[in-house]
Amino acid sequence: MIYHSSSIAIGIFVTFVGLVLGLSFYLGRKAKSAQGYYTAHGEIHWFVNGIAFAGDYLSAASFLGICGMIAFYGYDGFLYSIGYLAGWVVALFVVAEPLKRLGRFTFADALDKQFNSRGIKLAAAISTLVVSIFYLIPQMVGAGALVKPLLGFTHVQGVLLVGVIVVTIVVTAGMVSTTWVQFIKGSLLVIFCSVLVAMILGRGFSTESGHKFRSLPLNAFTASTEMTLLPATGAWKDKLFVQVKDNTTGVVSVWRKTKTGFSETQTVTEIEDLATQTKRKLVNGQPQGHGPGEGDLFPVGTISKLPGGKTATGPLSIPEFFSTLSASEVILWGNEKITQKSATEVVTTTVYYQKPTSGSDILVPGVSPTFSGLQKDAFYPKLDFLSLMLALFCGTASLPHILIRYYTVKDEAAVRKSTVVGIASIGFFYVLTLFLGLGAMTGGTLDVTNTNMAAPLLARSFGEIPFAVISAIAFTTVLGTVSGLIMAASGAVAHDILTNFFAIQMSDHHKVLAGKWVAVAVGIIAMVLGVLFEKMNVSFLVGWAFNVAASANLPALVMLLFWRRTTKQGITWAIVVGMLSSLAWILLSAETYKNVYNLDPALSIMKFSQPAIVTIPLGFLTLIVASLLSKPREQVAAA
Amino acid sequence: MAVDPQSSNAPREQRNARYGLILFAVYLALYAGFMAVSTLSPRAMAAPVLLGINLAIVYGFGLIIAALVLALIYMALCGRPMPSAGAPEDKP
Repeated sequence: MIYHSSSIAIGIFVTFVGLVLGLSFYLGRKAKSAQGYYTAHGEIHWFVNGIAFAGDYLSAASFLGICGMIAFYGYDGFLYSIGYLAGWVVALFVVAEPLKRLGRFTFADALDKQFNSRGIKLAAAISTLVVSIFYLIPQMVGAGALVKPLLGFTHVQGVLLVGVIVVTIVVTAGMVSTTWVQFIKGSLLVIFCSVLVAMILGRGFSTESGHKFRSLPLNAFTASTEMTLLPATGAWKDKLFVQVKDNTTGVVSVWRKTKTGFSETQTVTEIEDLATQTKRKLVNGQPQGHGPGEGDLFPVGTISKLPGGKTATGPLSIPEFFSTLSASEVILWGNEKITQKSATEVVTTTVYYQKPTSGSDILVPGVSPTFSGLQKDAFYPKLDFLSLMLALFCGTASLPHILIRYYTVKDEAAVRKSTVVGIASIGFFYVLTLFLGLGAMTGGTLDVTNTNMAAPLLARSFGEIPFAVISAIAFTTVLGTVSGLIMAASGAVAHDILTNFFAIQMSDHHKVLAGKWVAVAVGIIAMVLGVLFEKMNVSFLVGWAFNVAASANLPALVMLLFWRRTTKQGITWAIVVGMLSSLAWILLSAETYKNVYNLDPALSIMKFSQPAIVTIPLGFLTLIVASLLSKPREQVAAA
Repeated sequence: MAVDPQSSNAPREQRNARYGLILFAVYLALYAGFMAVSTLSPRAMAAPVLLGINLAIVYGFGLIIAALVLALIYMALCGRPMPSAGAPEDKP
């Protein structure tokens, strides 16, 4: 879909982003020492830190990814909300306070406190870097996708814009400015999403939203002189779709056979000319554009039947919102790719078709392709689901950019209080995601080709200004999370590797300088990866980051706290084995075959895609075995 | 637990850690319950249980609210004064 950017939208966006940056620079202007750069002097107020947790944690994947998944498939996206929040329980009850007691700047500090082992420092720093970079890719890709429609930028320009702004934030005042950007972003996100949810409930449901697609009777094409049914040859044979040519304009449209007739679809066609190696694109049978002889995708998302045959409900209460939706029928959109090859060209048509679905069916788990195995009696899909939910549960408390926030407050009581504030604001936001997603599903402004744009487009259904505001917030969302990740990576390299592992003697000033140079380098890497991975699905990559973080870091963290026999060899090996096994599993999984290598997913040797349910226990086992094979701590100390 | 025995706060840290683990176990049971219903009997999730809202939504919201309630209980418990030295500690 082509999005038009208005000057009001751009004005609001620029003002918004400018204000957020200006305010955080002003508040974060003093951070000269290493203590200031890495941990904001440990002087952040617990409430500010709590909201900053929300700003740090609620990434583009949470906001854009979850809302998009709910808007297209219903309840399944909310499973991510549940899992992402549950992870905070592990963080608060198990790791937060001991981690604060043990560490100074980074997660590696805490693991290494009782051992002073170079192996632990290096392993923990590398796992921090790997997880941060995995997490950075989807954020940068999301940023590019977001800026494209709003400001009319290309993907590369969008990625560069985010990269430059974030590196500036981090280099100016490290953790201090990062914290304030996250605080402001966290507050804005929660406040404006609440307003949006109030608007959704106030509007209620209507059967009139979105473009009206036509349905024709069975004899429509055979009896018509205006349209000709094209013969179903090649790849179109035995499909539920028919191609129909308009005799006046020559435009070919695709219709889906239903029980009672034909229903109109939307198509995106890519035609590759084999002789000239050029590609052109048609949308709904015409070149994409809004001029004469051009076509574009229509905005979609509507309720087809409301209970009692009504056409609009008017304002709804929260229980009414769900009970009305369960009793309604909603139009979801499926898609199918049809590739037709001839001697001269390859024509790939993606058909987006309507799927009238009962409301009660979309409010349960197992509707989306990701979780469809839940509704069947198959073992591995269910195991895959459990493994993902385990990764989300264990991953949060192992994410390096979250863990470093424990060092920005004064003491353990402040850690506790700020985590509770974090849980309250993050939990509240995740409750809102269900309303936002379902609001987008029925709001009539969705783009069938882009799930990530569901939330901003939902705001557009309320007008240009809400659209500009929500897009600006989504952009600051990326800024907040990316700056946290770059801080974590900067600490891992400058503090853990350079200062502690290589034991390079640096003055306080030089330590800050090293951190800033690393931030610039990581920023550049993130920009390059953001451009390379443009086509990758955002939430898919975040899932990887959670799996790797949980497998590499959680066993070491938990065993250090609860098992006195844990040794430095145990910790080092657990991190290395957990990280490598989960990475290898992911690289060999069916999802990666399909999305990254473009290979047949059936070739994959892994039975399911999410490794956590195997690799987390493997990390624990490695730690126990390696610890038992090495000398206990007391003996090492006595020797 | 990783408690510095020299620290004067050691008993308080141990007490708080125990509260944390008990509350963690409570939440873990709730979370595991949700996963069990989702995988073993997904159809049950469609049943309306409260004001016409189905189990999937009620349980899902319930998990989020439970996390916050348990967090607040934890904060309240940790804030309580320690019993004087030598006296048996309160059971939560």
